[in-house]
Amino acid sequence: MLTVQSLRKNFGELEVVRGVSFEVGAGECYGLLGPNGAGKTTTLRCCLGLTAPDSGSITLDSLPVPARAREARARIGVVPQFDNLDPDFTVRENLRMYGRYFGLSRAEVAQRVPWLLDYAGLADKADAQIEALSGGMKRRLTIARALVNDPRVLFLDEPTTGLDPQARHVVWERLKRLLGEGRTIILTTHFMDEAQRLCDRVAIMDHGVFLAEAPPHELIEREIEPVVIEVFGDGLGAWFDAHARRLATRAELSGDTAFCYCRDPEPLLATLAGEPELRVLRRSANLEDVFLKLTGRDLRD
Amino acid sequence: MTELLRFRHVVYRNYRVWRKLLAASVVGNLLDPLFWLVGLGFGLGSLLPSVGGMRYLEFLGSGMICYGVMYSTSFEGLWSAFTRLKQQRTWEGILHAPMTVTDIVVGEWVWAALKGVLSGVAILTVMAALGLVRTPMALLALPVMLLTGLAFAGIALVITALARTYDHFVYYFTLFITPMMLVSGVFFPTAQLPRAVQLVAQVLPLSHATQLARGLVLGRPIHNAAGHVLALVLIAIVGVLLARWLTARRLR
Repeated sequence: MLTVQSLRKNFGELEVVRGVSFEVGAGECYGLLGPNGAGKTTTLRCCLGLTAPDSGSITLDSLPVPARAREARARIGVVPQFDNLDPDFTVRENLRMYGRYFGLSRAEVAQRVPWLLDYAGLADKADAQIEALSGGMKRRLTIARALVNDPRVLFLDEPTTGLDPQARHVVWERLKRLLGEGRTIILTTHFMDEAQRLCDRVAIMDHGVFLAEAPPHELIEREIEPVVIEVFGDGLGAWFDAHARRLATRAELSGDTAFCYCRDPEPLLATLAGEPELRVLRRSANLEDVFLKLTGRDLRD
Repeated sequence: MTELLRFRHVVYRNYRVWRKLLAASVVGNLLDPLFWLVGLGFGLGSLLPSVGGMRYLEFLGSGMICYGVMYSTSFEGLWSAFTRLKQQRTWEGILHAPMTVTDIVVGEWVWAALKGVLSGVAILTVMAALGLVRTPMALLALPVMLLTGLAFAGIALVITALARTYDHFVYYFTLFITPMMLVSGVFFPTAQLPRAVQLVAQVLPLSHATQLARGLVLGRPIHNAAGHVLALVLIAIVGVLLARWLTARRLR
């Protein structure tokens, strides 16, 4: 569905994307993960033909991009990071007008709108103004709007950023429904649970390059130790220096919490038995641990 | 052919929004020039029995047609277009569909010009109601209004593509639109002005538009009509091409 080869994009002196290659097959859900400024959105914009790459090649649904990007966009759906629903129109009018931009006839759009409203769960809000909608409703409407042309591929840029947990779950359920229909989804996110839940494969991106690419569970198995022991409380420093460095495969002190990554956590846990002041959390390693290992814990602003 | 006409979707979108505010828009378009014509025309006009061989009311009305086109078109091409570009991200949304920057800029260009024509037609209607239009030639002012609108829409969209905030438009109005309005023969003949100002005024788009519209509406001979048309066509085309280039650069 999508093939990207050696993609590079500079903005002036800044190298935003520095040689990225990946492929997404039909029916697959592919996630681009990375901190802010990693180059995810620029990669996506290049794939849509909205930004011309400096070098590299992109093929979207058998069409070369950006050369035939407009035609390619006729067959795909795009959900942008920031809502750009038309505030001058109602929910229904937004869907109708968007269909127009695809060159769909009034009749074709009219036939499609009830399905879209139902998909977005907004059938009873069809005549509501956009400003009357909650953040979750707007997001669902934006996704429904991207489906107006019945696309085979959907691009979503941070689909659940800014939503509350309830709204996020509804969006995930809606996206899974689309995957169930055999559509291809390419999304960017910095929520690891989102990626783990939805994506068949993820790529972790930082500073314009891919650091790793695999199915989420494989990435966890391959890149990181299976068990994480988090420790915090008084006397952490002394315990950390005495035991963690020696007994954990890898240990990090971040703020007032120690993260100890272990293959066999028992010896480390044994040392904690004699430290009543320290609180301990034992859990399995997840995608977020992989992400932090690969991209570091430094703040990105 | 339909490829070339894709911009119509943008025109249609703006038309649909405008239609929601139809009543307010039409009332404003008609009342505003009526107040100006009645106030200035009868008030000032009673002191000036004849201006260049015309009644002052005729002179003012025919000048105000282009002023009205310029004002409406500029407002649409600046504040309204900028809102769709930046605040509402409407253009971004349209670009995610199979539309191009050219489609958007041309659509906005045509739409802003049409809004200008609407204002011009309203003023012409008010003039007709006041008995100031005596020749069917006045209908030929319609294409002049469209051309005037396209010229000012092009310039406005260039400014919009460059603007960071709405505040920039105030400079455009204060430094360009307002002085142009004063020296282009809308409210008084340019012959009153110092020679240097006249020379500058001659090349301003509003001067070309005013001379064309005044001649057509009042059925008077127009000096160098082809030159005025050519100047407006040139401004319109250069404006829209530059706006397209700048907008593409901004949105890439």
